Amino acid sequence: METVLKKFSCILFVLFALVLPAAAKPVLTIYTYESFVSEWGPGASIQANFEESCNCSVEWVALADGAALLNRLKLEGAATRADVVLGLDTSLTAEAAATVFFGPHGAGLSSKPSRFEDPMFLAYDYGYFAVVYDTEKMKVPPASLDALVNGDPSQKIVLQDPRSSTPGLGFLLWMKAVYGDKADEAWAKLKPRILTITPGWSEAYALFTKGEAPMVLSYVTSPAYHMEVEKTERYQAAAFAEGHYLQIEVAGAVAASPEFFLAQDFLRFMLTPGFQDSIPTANWMMPAGQTSKPLPPSFAKLIRPAKTLLFTPEEVNANRRAWIDEWLRAMGQ
Amino acid sequence: MAARDGAMTKRIAIAVVAALVALGLVPLVWFVVSTGGRPSLDAGVWRVLGFTLWQALMSTVISIALALPVALALVRVGPRWRDAALSVLSLPQGLPAIVVVLMLVTLLGESGWLGGWYPLYGLGGIVLAHVYFNFPLASRLFAQSLMNVPAEHVRLSQQLGFDRAALWRRLELPVLWPVVVRAFALIFLLCTASFVIVLTLGGVAATTLEVAIFQSLRMDFDPARALSLSLVQIALCAVLVAAAGRTAWVETGTTRHSVTAWPSSSHAITAAVVVMALSALALPLFLLIFDGVRNLQFSETLARATLLSIGLAVVSCVLTLLLTWPLAKGGHFMSGLAGVIVPPAVMATGWFLVLLWTGANYLWNVLALVALNVLMSLPFAGSGLSTGFARMGAQRDRLYSQYGVRGFNRFLRFELPQMRQAVSQAGAMAFVLSLGDLAAITLIGNQGIITLPSLISQQLGNYRSADAMGTALVLAVLCLVVAVFSQRWRDDPV
Repeated sequence: METVLKKFSCILFVLFALVLPAAAKPVLTIYTYESFVSEWGPGASIQANFEESCNCSVEWVALADGAALLNRLKLEGAATRADVVLGLDTSLTAEAAATVFFGPHGAGLSSKPSRFEDPMFLAYDYGYFAVVYDTEKMKVPPASLDALVNGDPSQKIVLQDPRSSTPGLGFLLWMKAVYGDKADEAWAKLKPRILTITPGWSEAYALFTKGEAPMVLSYVTSPAYHMEVEKTERYQAAAFAEGHYLQIEVAGAVAASPEFFLAQDFLRFMLTPGFQDSIPTANWMMPAGQTSKPLPPSFAKLIRPAKTLLFTPEEVNANRRAWIDEWLRAMGQ
Repeated sequence: MAARDGAMTKRIAIAVVAALVALGLVPLVWFVVSTGGRPSLDAGVWRVLGFTLWQALMSTVISIALALPVALALVRVGPRWRDAALSVLSLPQGLPAIVVVLMLVTLLGESGWLGGWYPLYGLGGIVLAHVYFNFPLASRLFAQSLMNVPAEHVRLSQQLGFDRAALWRRLELPVLWPVVVRAFALIFLLCTASFVIVLTLGGVAATTLEVAIFQSLRMDFDPARALSLSLVQIALCAVLVAAAGRTAWVETGTTRHSVTAWPSSSHAITAAVVVMALSALALPLFLLIFDGVRNLQFSETLARATLLSIGLAVVSCVLTLLLTWPLAKGGHFMSGLAGVIVPPAVMATGWFLVLLWTGANYLWNVLALVALNVLMSLPFAGSGLSTGFARMGAQRDRLYSQYGVRGFNRFLRFELPQMRQAVSQAGAMAFVLSLGDLAAITLIGNQGIITLPSLISQQLGNYRSADAMGTALVLAVLCLVVAVFSQRWRDDPV
């Protein structure tokens, strides 16, 4: 009995030892998506930069992606432990705002293309979706979404499922923005060109780089990764005449959080170079605020979308389920 | 008295499993009710269900049809070859689905080494990947049960001059039948719950029930629909398990035998079957080694992920064995399948709600992670241990009881030494499974917990699919090491 007690108190001691030191400084809990805080993501350097001046410690909670992030908020509701939610995109903000009460971010405006002016959600980076192609397999990429839809079915594309992936949903919205009520017909025409529809971006991009298909749905900034890290210009994004669908990534501060002011400090910090400097080459998105140095040269080689396509959060929220059902019917599921 | 000993631990184990499942389902039901949701199913679900069942049936039938000749051949080759083959056969179980998908793509894809002739995207690809995962599993289960056949029976069959057909009808089939039924149920359930394989290789129109559940939990956040869909899946599985449960347990023999009872055969066919099965299995693995070695980069993250994976796998392996032992001993197949029947996504959501409502901390998240791994390993470990108990025989059980050997003493001094092989194999299976599991960590959410599979998924998510193959190689090597060592742990001769 005595040994059991001894063991028990040992365990208790260890537990306290683990928990106590964390209580010394205020802790800012940030919910984000996994790739933001992975070894190659911007999380670590951003944390170091912010902790330098905040006299606090940052604690990340990483979820699979933006959708998983929103889902976590819906499960937790008002009981959420999050002080800051970082990594929703504008197709999710309407629902997020209906779930948790976000306070004003109090930061200035983000730079232009991410013209998302919202008192609660702060845009911190943005990126256009694009069809990325393999120049070794495809000499003439489609010049428009319409050319993609009506093109040679033997030249395949890998897409993502809009039910489980953010880029997948982005492409669905892109098709909707261009074709409107005729989107289902366009999907039916595109269908023979689709090699497969993967659950997430990772699987699709891995199949693409393995050479399974000459095209994949990804981002305008994807070629920058290959140029910067792999020193190759083999993979390029195709510029589409109809314009490109925009993804704006945002963050918000939970109003009921005991660390709300600290959270606001963090949001203000998000538009400064301490945060923005690591966005281009670690998150592979376009910075929405000031960086201390110009963008790497590879970014100058990226295509510049002629026109920006974007639904409002409310439009997406109201129609997403119906649009996905329409897509399912068009795909014959 | 002693019978009550076993009954007690069995009841505790069932209660633990039931409690874990209830902890998953009840909070979700409560959440749905308290937020005013109503269970809802639409016509689309039945179409999804149709495809789910069809691909699962195809995958299961082919896996088992391939596994039977392999198992029959395996027990007839020399012990050294047999053990080596069994080790390799346990490998696919430890690899995350996406790694196997990429291996098959490297081999058979549009620009694969042997690419072009096989329709990899569509039903063909789904079935191929499922068979790659499950035919080795079935082969192992079948081979283990064949190794239980008493040597006298085999000798007798030779003396009686049984021809091949008679041997199959009178000796092999009766032993294999219950295992075939259980393997069928298990593999069928695994294939209905498959997600990454079905979507990635499924082409345009493939979908499964699990995708619909995932969609309703993740994208639409419609817990009511998720719950309704899970109930469909649970009902489906219950039917299957009830059918599987009806097959009687065949008691094999009264005395102890070495496991090499089958006369080794030098038939060309036997050798050919084993060689073919192993090369089908090994070819994609060689590609993984080839790809992996080129891209292997030792980093601190990789080292930490490896250690953490091993640690978590050891804990869930031990817990799985503790929980499986009384279940397998009591022949309780049903509760072992709980972890496969209730969709892990649903279970994890329920547990998450409990953790949230009780304000539990980080440590509990880790425990939930381990618990989910344990539940998912139960049916595999259960199959392994059941085979061991069958070998030991019910008569021996009665003998111990008559002599009043019971409790922990009986477990440690009498049962365990005779169960070493079954324990090591069941343990290896549980270990390998949780080593390669990504589902639990994705569902519970990671707070700085990076395991090998989640490192692979991070690398894939950051344009680093080549590095991911290097990490997958480390995972594969670990699985192989564990499998090889588990083959060396032998029972005490009696």
